[in-house]
Amino acid sequence: MNTEILLSISGLHKAFGGLIAVNQMQFDVHRGEILGLLGPNGSGKTTVMNLISGALQANEGKVVISGKDITNLPAHKISHSGIARTFQLVRVLPDLDCIENIEAGLAYRTKPLWGDAAQAEALALLERIGLANQAHTPAGDLTYIDQKRLELGRALALQPKLLLLDEWLAGLNPSELQDGITLVRKLKNEGLTIIMVEHVMDAIRSLCDRCVVMNAGAKIADGTPDDVLSDPEVVRAYLGDSHA
Amino acid sequence: MSILKPDFIKPVAIGAVIFAALAFLPSLVDSYYMSLAISVVSFAVLATAWSMFSGPTRYISLATVVFFGIGAYTVAVLGEVLPFPMVLICAGLAGTVIALLVGFSTLRLAGVYFVIFTFGLTELVRQVVSWYEVNVTREMGRYVFLDITQNDIYWQLLALFAVLLLTGFILGRSRLGFALRIIGEDETVAKHCGIDVTRVKVALFVLSALFMTLTGAIMAPRWTYIDPVIAFNPMLSFQVVIMALLGGPRRLLGPLLGVIPLTLLFEVLTANFPNHFSILLGCVFMVIVYLLPGGVVGLYEKYRAPKKRALATDQNAKSGGNAA
Repeated sequence: MNTEILLSISGLHKAFGGLIAVNQMQFDVHRGEILGLLGPNGSGKTTVMNLISGALQANEGKVVISGKDITNLPAHKISHSGIARTFQLVRVLPDLDCIENIEAGLAYRTKPLWGDAAQAEALALLERIGLANQAHTPAGDLTYIDQKRLELGRALALQPKLLLLDEWLAGLNPSELQDGITLVRKLKNEGLTIIMVEHVMDAIRSLCDRCVVMNAGAKIADGTPDDVLSDPEVVRAYLGDSHA
Repeated sequence: MSILKPDFIKPVAIGAVIFAALAFLPSLVDSYYMSLAISVVSFAVLATAWSMFSGPTRYISLATVVFFGIGAYTVAVLGEVLPFPMVLICAGLAGTVIALLVGFSTLRLAGVYFVIFTFGLTELVRQVVSWYEVNVTREMGRYVFLDITQNDIYWQLLALFAVLLLTGFILGRSRLGFALRIIGEDETVAKHCGIDVTRVKVALFVLSALFMTLTGAIMAPRWTYIDPVIAFNPMLSFQVVIMALLGGPRRLLGPLLGVIPLTLLFEVLTANFPNHFSILLGCVFMVIVYLLPGGVVGLYEKYRAPKKRALATDQNAKSGGNAA
């Protein structure tokens, strides 16, 4: 596996008033890998995603992508440095149709596309995520899984180096989940680096090269899925002392 | 952008013909109707300019009269010093500078805070101008004696409205206009798509303010006398909001559908119930917000939409069938 470091996080710290949501987080992401970010509810996973994507500002620490310090840059600049994301609670642009939702990702990236070129590219992307026959449907009218697909399509339209998936596989039925896993694996095979926050164990075991586990804002384990999932500390965090 | 496409040329050509025809209005009707026409066109410019920013972003601005008043005051101060086109340029510059300051300092505010700020701004500007007139120039109120006829005002407003519609039309097909729609849908998503939302919002706020300022400047000669209470009357901001909301602020021609009936209604109300005008205006506002939340345009789309969506599903079924 490639060992080149794409994203490096060090000493990341975020407090909301008296609540420390992220406490001295530190991990690296290698180019081409899928990193699972795990942990019980409220352990700070989504906050880490928000700090990386610029949705929130860190109190301390550093986020570096390809050697470039992007700590606390505004979100649009972070997007221009090659990071795209989906949201825990799916966020499409409800009154715009599917093509326009994808065009939103194409029109303001580092190499913007607009007009006929954007339309053609948007259709190609919709084809790729399986929404080509919904091209003119307003995004608000799509089913939940299709909204998730569309959100992923918009993130891919940005041509990211690093993709952040925040519980993208949550809430899917078993067959949708298999489709979802296949789609994410395809993205990895195309060379995309991915950080995924996920609770679905099947997906974690079959997709992740490496996992970082958080509890109460801090990192408690870092390793292959099998190693971290059998780590006593991790079991304790999820299930309590008596199971460890 | 491809300017030479038929779907660009056709609406622009139709618009040009309509505006050319409207330019002959003064030779057809008497001065009472001309005065009414001036009211309609001036409100049309204000409501369309207001909607250009507030429609997609859903930021309700009550600062319309700030820019209108700045335009009017620039004419009152410079009208006899400089030729009129120069005065208009100065007014435009003044409006742009104020809009930039206001934009960068307030567009981080959201929702009701922005509304209250813009309302407070009207009072602030009016008080500052009053203070300046009382303490520095030592004369409250100014006379505007310019050699500009009612018909000149009408033609200038008509030209301004034409430029505004063309600007809005081009904007609607531009990346900037699309960015504004995305921001209106979901600002967080807009940022994560690489849009510098503050810059986009300020740019549109300034553009919209520029047209409001020019309207004030063009309208000033109509009054002959202005003072801060006349030029910065907050009622104007509310009227513009009502008109835009009645018409539908999310379409380029939407506000016009509110401007025409309401300007006529206000004309009837001020003529027949001069003392109860504000109360009746409030009632009109409530009725519109309750009964027509999406405006006339929204009503039209509501009855047309089921058809359009059904059609879309048909097409989807068809293309799905083809694929299978």
